[in-house]
Amino acid sequence: MSTETKPVPAVKVPDSSAPKPTAPSKPEMLTGSGAILRTLELLGIKDVFGLPGGAIMPFYDELMESKTIRHILVRHEQGAGHAAEGYASSTGKIGVAISTSGPGATNLVTAIADAHMDSVPLLAITGQVFSTSMGTDAFQEVDIVGITMPITKHSFLVTKPEDIPATLTAAYHIATTGRPGPVLVDITKDAQQKSAPFVWPPKVDLAGYREVTKAHGKQVAVAAGLLAEAARPVFYVGGGVIRAGASKELQKLAKVTGVPVVTTLMARGAFPDSDSQNLGMPGMHGSVPAVLALQEADLIIALGARFDDRVTGKPSEFAPKATVVHVDVDPAEISKIRTADVPIVGDAKEVMADLASAFEDAAKKHKPDYKAWWERLNELKSRFPLGYDEPEDGLLAPQYVIQRIGEITGPEAIYAAGVGQHQMWAAQFIKYERPNAWLNSGGAGTMGYGLPAGMGAKVANPDRTVWVIDGDGCFQMTNQELATCTINNIPIKVAIINNSSLGMVRQWQTLFYNGRHSFTDLNTGHDTAMIPDFVKLAEAYGALAIRVTKKEEVDAAIKLANETNDRPVVIDFIVSADAMVWPMVPQGVGNSSVQYARDKAPEWEED
Amino acid sequence: MVHVLSLLVEDKPGLLTRVAGLFARRSFNIESLAVGKSEIPGLSRITVVVDVEPGPLEQVTKQLNKLVNVVKVVELDQNQTVEREHMLIKVKVDNTTRSQVLEATNLFRARIVDVAPDALVIEVTGDSNKTEALLRVLEPFGIKEIAQSGLLAIGRGAKSITDRVPKN
Repeated sequence: MSTETKPVPAVKVPDSSAPKPTAPSKPEMLTGSGAILRTLELLGIKDVFGLPGGAIMPFYDELMESKTIRHILVRHEQGAGHAAEGYASSTGKIGVAISTSGPGATNLVTAIADAHMDSVPLLAITGQVFSTSMGTDAFQEVDIVGITMPITKHSFLVTKPEDIPATLTAAYHIATTGRPGPVLVDITKDAQQKSAPFVWPPKVDLAGYREVTKAHGKQVAVAAGLLAEAARPVFYVGGGVIRAGASKELQKLAKVTGVPVVTTLMARGAFPDSDSQNLGMPGMHGSVPAVLALQEADLIIALGARFDDRVTGKPSEFAPKATVVHVDVDPAEISKIRTADVPIVGDAKEVMADLASAFEDAAKKHKPDYKAWWERLNELKSRFPLGYDEPEDGLLAPQYVIQRIGEITGPEAIYAAGVGQHQMWAAQFIKYERPNAWLNSGGAGTMGYGLPAGMGAKVANPDRTVWVIDGDGCFQMTNQELATCTINNIPIKVAIINNSSLGMVRQWQTLFYNGRHSFTDLNTGHDTAMIPDFVKLAEAYGALAIRVTKKEEVDAAIKLANETNDRPVVIDFIVSADAMVWPMVPQGVGNSSVQYARDKAPEWEED
Repeated sequence: MVHVLSLLVEDKPGLLTRVAGLFARRSFNIESLAVGKSEIPGLSRITVVVDVEPGPLEQVTKQLNKLVNVVKVVELDQNQTVEREHMLIKVKVDNTTRSQVLEATNLFRARIVDVAPDALVIEVTGDSNKTEALLRVLEPFGIKEIAQSGLLAIGRGAKSITDRVPKN
């Protein structure tokens, strides 16, 4: 086996409306810091999130003068990282986070790991100690390139000012092309201080970087043939479709073929929820129709999805009868978990367009018939609709609150979630009609992602309403960014789904650990000390704070929040701690064991 | 099953960490590793020996290809490849055993590169069968120290793994 030599990519420097340097006969001398700023401007960067410190001060001195770049001063670098992620995930553009060396850089690590798992184009710029001090355990020195090697798409250390334009341009290119991901550029303080001629455009040499390859036409035709002949096909749509900006192509492909679609946690919104072909979300907390559609399928066409364990359950029992066509821009995802019968390496956008036309040809040879399949799926849909029970303790149902936020605010808004029960409910009960409207931490499961990500999304989309659906646990991890929001006029709305506990862990304790609620009680909610008092906390941050405890107060509070745009809004929804996320496939078993509600498994067609 | 991978990589700081880290992260044991310059300035060649099944090998090859500084990954077909290891062996000798050790060294076409009254350093080059066989023969005399290179491997015939790599 031998692989082809990677073609040398042509690095395109993005068009920019930023002021171009006049073209002098002799290149202008700039400090390294000046070169960072000029390069970011020329790359078209408009907003950056960061927090200064010793090793990045030369750059911050330059940044103060920028006419085109808005810098948002965060209160913790993790906030900058997630804000940059939210900025990127809500737009498809790159997000930029800046920090100093040492602890500033390590505070970015969680966000970088998160971006790596969810393929978010993120540029992390960190200051580093003087190159002459590196390796001496200098003040605020950490080997951030070494620390982030496993969680970045690539990383660079820059020690010379003349290398800055090419390195940042290469980082931008790597982060945003192919399968997007985080790239870290660590720049020593002396590289920022010294001067060098600023040459633009820089010569970028990425001999080993492989971009998107054009999918093989023959493979696409094979897939189309399988699709025409299949009796029970499913499109298994992952976040890659959103990253590829390929929702239109997916809608066309679905329309042309009439095949059911499931959208994973990362793909919510890639296909409209209002479309009757959408069966909802598959996986551990997926809808019964989506879970069983995959399980009973004879053909799965995976589009930008990676057979994550939260989708497949026990992989050896996942979709036992299905032939698998796997479309992904990253060849390493194909056959990583489930062997693909037809591997297709390519950009989802192109492949889906090609597949739609190839299907029309294939359908002429073999008329597809999915009637019996749809009868089965429609039966599942009507028998197992998404729903919830009112809590027995009489407190608010969290699902109701989240559903109403979605219904009142509508699909043009952006919804960012933390991680846990509220995240699952937000994925289930808010109806998504467009891509990039649903932001969450899927792969990494980063508690605290929601608020800063929502902040970043609001900066990128000032005209859209941004709701953060947060938990009382998550909110306490990153709520310091409310200060950033208030000071910088970033009026996000935060719904704290306050069940007074680390709810998802509590749910597992209830179900799998004999109800022993070990260290999951946070004492923020009903009938507790309510520490902290989220209303007082939010008011201290300058936000409009509302507490809601009754069903009849819900709508008015949401409407007031939607009408308030001069400051952030925080609503403390006091909900029942006993509400659980259903359906559920317990960990470590096959997806056929999906439970619609506690101890209630749907019938599973086995032959 | 043992596989020999040849990696053509950009000679950049941290490169070895990236490659070794990837193997460790994905739970692959490296049996042997040899790094050196290639004939193209700026590019190094890494020869890695791994013991894995074909499925995981495909995964690790794809992951290696994703490393930005890795230009090319080739699995060498061991039937079409010249493989060599280099080993330095320090053996205990005295007046009664010296001649036997010398004889063994000659039989293996190895060389004596250092002589002391009570020890010899033997240099041997060959595939791993040969170096292991020599070690077995020398063992009874008392091996004091071994320094061994990773496996080096190159395809037979005129073709080169760098044939299609742009040489600037």
